[in-house]
Amino acid sequence: MADFEPRIVGFLCNWCAYSGADLAGVSRLKSAPNLRIIRIMCSGRVDAALVLQAFRLGADGVLVAGCHPGDCHYQEGNFKALRRVLLLKRILRDFGIDERRLRLEWISASEAEKFARVSTEFTEEVRALGPLAAVDYPAAARQTGEEAAA
Amino acid sequence: MNKPKLALYWAASCGGCEVAVLDVEEKILDVAAFFDLVFWPCAMDFKYKDVEAMPDGGIDLCLFNGAIRTSENESMARLLRRKAKILAAFGSCACDGCIPGLANLTDKQSIFRRVYEESPSTANDAGARPQTHVEVPEGDLEIPEFFETVRTLGQVVPVDYYVPGCPPQPPQIVAVLSAIMEGKPLPPAGAVLGAGEKTCCDECGRVRQEKRLKHFRRPSEIEAKPEECLLDQGIICLGPATRSGCGALCVKANMPCRGCYGPPPNVEDQGAKMISALASVIDSQDPGEINWILDQIPDPAGTFYRFSVPGSSLHARRR
Repeated sequence: MADFEPRIVGFLCNWCAYSGADLAGVSRLKSAPNLRIIRIMCSGRVDAALVLQAFRLGADGVLVAGCHPGDCHYQEGNFKALRRVLLLKRILRDFGIDERRLRLEWISASEAEKFARVSTEFTEEVRALGPLAAVDYPAAARQTGEEAAA
Repeated sequence: MNKPKLALYWAASCGGCEVAVLDVEEKILDVAAFFDLVFWPCAMDFKYKDVEAMPDGGIDLCLFNGAIRTSENESMARLLRRKAKILAAFGSCACDGCIPGLANLTDKQSIFRRVYEESPSTANDAGARPQTHVEVPEGDLEIPEFFETVRTLGQVVPVDYYVPGCPPQPPQIVAVLSAIMEGKPLPPAGAVLGAGEKTCCDECGRVRQEKRLKHFRRPSEIEAKPEECLLDQGIICLGPATRSGCGALCVKANMPCRGCYGPPPNVEDQGAKMISALASVIDSQDPGEINWILDQIPDPAGTFYRFSVPGSSLHARRR
């Protein structure tokens, strides 16, 4: 387990969290390199299917980060994200996945330090949880079953 | 005998799909006249060795219902895949895992402990468990292995068509069989047959409002108004995340859609779609209140994935 490097997918909103991450980079702040950032227009855009797909494809943790409450570029997309994450945590629990593997954070465009802190903190938290157990089954092969046959 | 050969098989299923085939009523006579029924263990006496003796591709159409729970299910799926020109996953179990697939939210050990030890009607002081091989004076007895997880048919062998529903509705079965009997050109492999291209909501006549939900209620807790959208009344109805095709049967009986027709077109994970949709219309911005509202959903995974745990992104509980 000592050489376990968590794979973390981060869905960062274009207007706040991604800009915060950008600022962290420009400011040369140190943060864990485990976070694979995907820029999205709004945290409210993060469909539950995207989070579950990330876990299916081998993510050990998923971070959703958006604007602070009240600051959403699209009025209330971040509240949609909040409700979705709270419901998803319950689903993860039912599937035997520790709910701490899914994290929601509000990071503004100026909060480079918060971004650096969150990504490092989350990486260490997921590292402590260990790798997410895989399920031995042919990956979702609903369409034609070809994956199963391959 | 030049009639096209038809086979029906059941794996891990309840038998409802078999009944649904008979529910096509007098149309069954046309089916029997058109096809040569070569294998249908539920209705007629055929043996597995009869199927093994057929040439590969010797069956023109196989309607396979049931999920893959045991090694017997799997070997029959492989055998019928080899023998059938067209293999159709028939019914929700074969398509998405359905009710047998809910077992994926627990594990084999817990299931065995419950069934062979804890259930009130069980007397099993020796703690015996099913073994795949047993030596008796007459020789070695073999029973199928119970797998760790339930899989869909498509997760075991390549499937040509999916016919969803729990069970597929008789008019839809007639439509599928008629298309084949009339020699109509069939869609490309992987297509869903016997269902619509929209969601259950498109077939529902109830009046919808702008949704803002503060409460969830189980169908037994209130008397639902028959003309209003059930979701608007706080009853979790999977209509928005379920493929059309049934004619909104349950909703017409004042019960919510449970999602048996599976995900609508271009959706892989039915539960995730419902989660996204439902979370959007909860009327609160406060984490504490949101959790209080969500507490009113007693079994989230079982509610949103009632028919599709094995076919979902997560497939089964992590151990």
